[in-house]
Amino acid sequence: MALLRRLAERDRPALGFTLDGQPASGLLGDTLLTAVLTAEDSLRGSDFSGEPRAGFCLMGACQDCWVKLGDGRRVRACSTLLEADVCVNREPGRRL
Amino acid sequence: MNTPIPHAATTVIVGAGPAGIRAAQTLLAHGLRPCLVDEGLRGGGQIYRRQPENFKRSAKALYGFEAAKARAVHATLDQLRADIDYRPETLVWNAEARVLDTLCNGRAGQIPFKHLLVATGATDRILPVPGWTLPGVYSLGAAQIALKFQGCSIGQRVVLAGSGPLLYLVAYQYAKAGASVAAVLDSSPFSAQTRALPALLGQPATLAKGIYYRSWLTAHGIAVHQGAHLQEVEGQRRVSGVTWQQGGQRKSLACDAVAFAHALRSETQLADLLGCEFTWSGLNRAWLPSRDGAGRSSVEGVYLAGDGAGIMGADAAELAGELAALTLLSDIGQRIDRARSVELQRQLEAIQRFRQGLETAFPFPEDWAAKAPDTLMVCRCEEVSAGDIRQTVAEGHWEINRVKAMCRVGMGRCQGRMCGLAATEIVAHASGRDIASVGRLRGQAPIKPIPFGVEAEQ
Repeated sequence: MALLRRLAERDRPALGFTLDGQPASGLLGDTLLTAVLTAEDSLRGSDFSGEPRAGFCLMGACQDCWVKLGDGRRVRACSTLLEADVCVNREPGRRL
Repeated sequence: MNTPIPHAATTVIVGAGPAGIRAAQTLLAHGLRPCLVDEGLRGGGQIYRRQPENFKRSAKALYGFEAAKARAVHATLDQLRADIDYRPETLVWNAEARVLDTLCNGRAGQIPFKHLLVATGATDRILPVPGWTLPGVYSLGAAQIALKFQGCSIGQRVVLAGSGPLLYLVAYQYAKAGASVAAVLDSSPFSAQTRALPALLGQPATLAKGIYYRSWLTAHGIAVHQGAHLQEVEGQRRVSGVTWQQGGQRKSLACDAVAFAHALRSETQLADLLGCEFTWSGLNRAWLPSRDGAGRSSVEGVYLAGDGAGIMGADAAELAGELAALTLLSDIGQRIDRARSVELQRQLEAIQRFRQGLETAFPFPEDWAAKAPDTLMVCRCEEVSAGDIRQTVAEGHWEINRVKAMCRVGMGRCQGRMCGLAATEIVAHASGRDIASVGRLRGQAPIKPIPFGVEAEQ
């Protein structure tokens, strides 16, 4: 279930992308974080407990919104704009 | 003396917020063509961060009372960009021997400099509470960015907590944009704000805005609790509610999102890597790079401006950016308007007095460490708890970098940006030492994570 709620700027072209292998959709101008969290409620699992995380600072400082792209790159979802057809994979993290 | 570096003739500014933009404008007006490096997409910093180009909201809708200032800062950057070397989306991850190491679009680069103006800004100052890593919990700055930059609220029913001017501003902006604000929890008591009035009256316009936001919230039926300390965020896999302590009573409320912070903290890693001396600031409760009244750091050729060298806000950042640029120009033998420089220093001193008033109105909760339970996860990167830190102190360690080496607090990907000050508070309390004597987390390159094996620029 969605975490973020869209309040404004809803009239933008839709962009299709792939989230964990499933078709998903965001809007032009969304960050990856917005595109994922307006439909889902987490971005990654913690590296030590596997607990869900959904970012925290939204300004590129906390490093808690990393997602993996189809080309293997790890990026901060808060500061990466959504592009059409991008493959976004959420990493489940690990439990110690 | 260092060996001279070829082509090291550049004047570089790091950070395109209000300080960096005004500095660039001032340098250009005196015939210098600075290089302006910024991690952001479109400049403006965090406070005047711009929405993506295809968004349509007006400056008034985004920045409220600050719309004219935001527009002016953006217009200045737009006018300058053709005449300066503007490099957006570029991370500076190291600085040494008069060279900056950068990363842009996956490619590594270097920018040699002769003179450097550091305007790296701030992030939220966080005092963690149990449950703060749950999805749906964000910093106050993050809540504002979600709205300003993406047109989103962080949830359906939002609680805003902590202290500082941003608390009321975000609450007002959220409610005004149609978000449901379940409550505002201000840890500072009403009496503190009354006590601060004399100092706050020095900047009547800013004070009036604060009072306006506060009364607007009350007039619109939004519950504002003062002297209310956020105690815990509840939830299993996401937020389901909050509890807080107020006047000896425990209260709770259902919600699906929480944003909290206690004012701001300076981003000082770059100044640290540059070898700047630091001094303790009681007002900021932090070690900050030393600067003289004109913006010079302790390192020749390195200047400091804006919140990155002590929290004073966006208006002060504009003034300090211009001032530091004038000082730089004067130091390299350019003719400058000395009266303007004196006037800027006078205005900055007045804002500094107001800043002291704000600290009285929104006091730092000095008892936070004493109340933090052992199970509280302080470091969200490495999952180090308050109990882990206290155990390390019990083993005889009290200097923050030693504590970091022993239990890994502050060693994760954020390099202590989120947990560093909280860890310091716990170490000081557990070791019975003064907060200043515990030390500060040293900056380490790369100051933000960079991918291994990045390609060099062609």
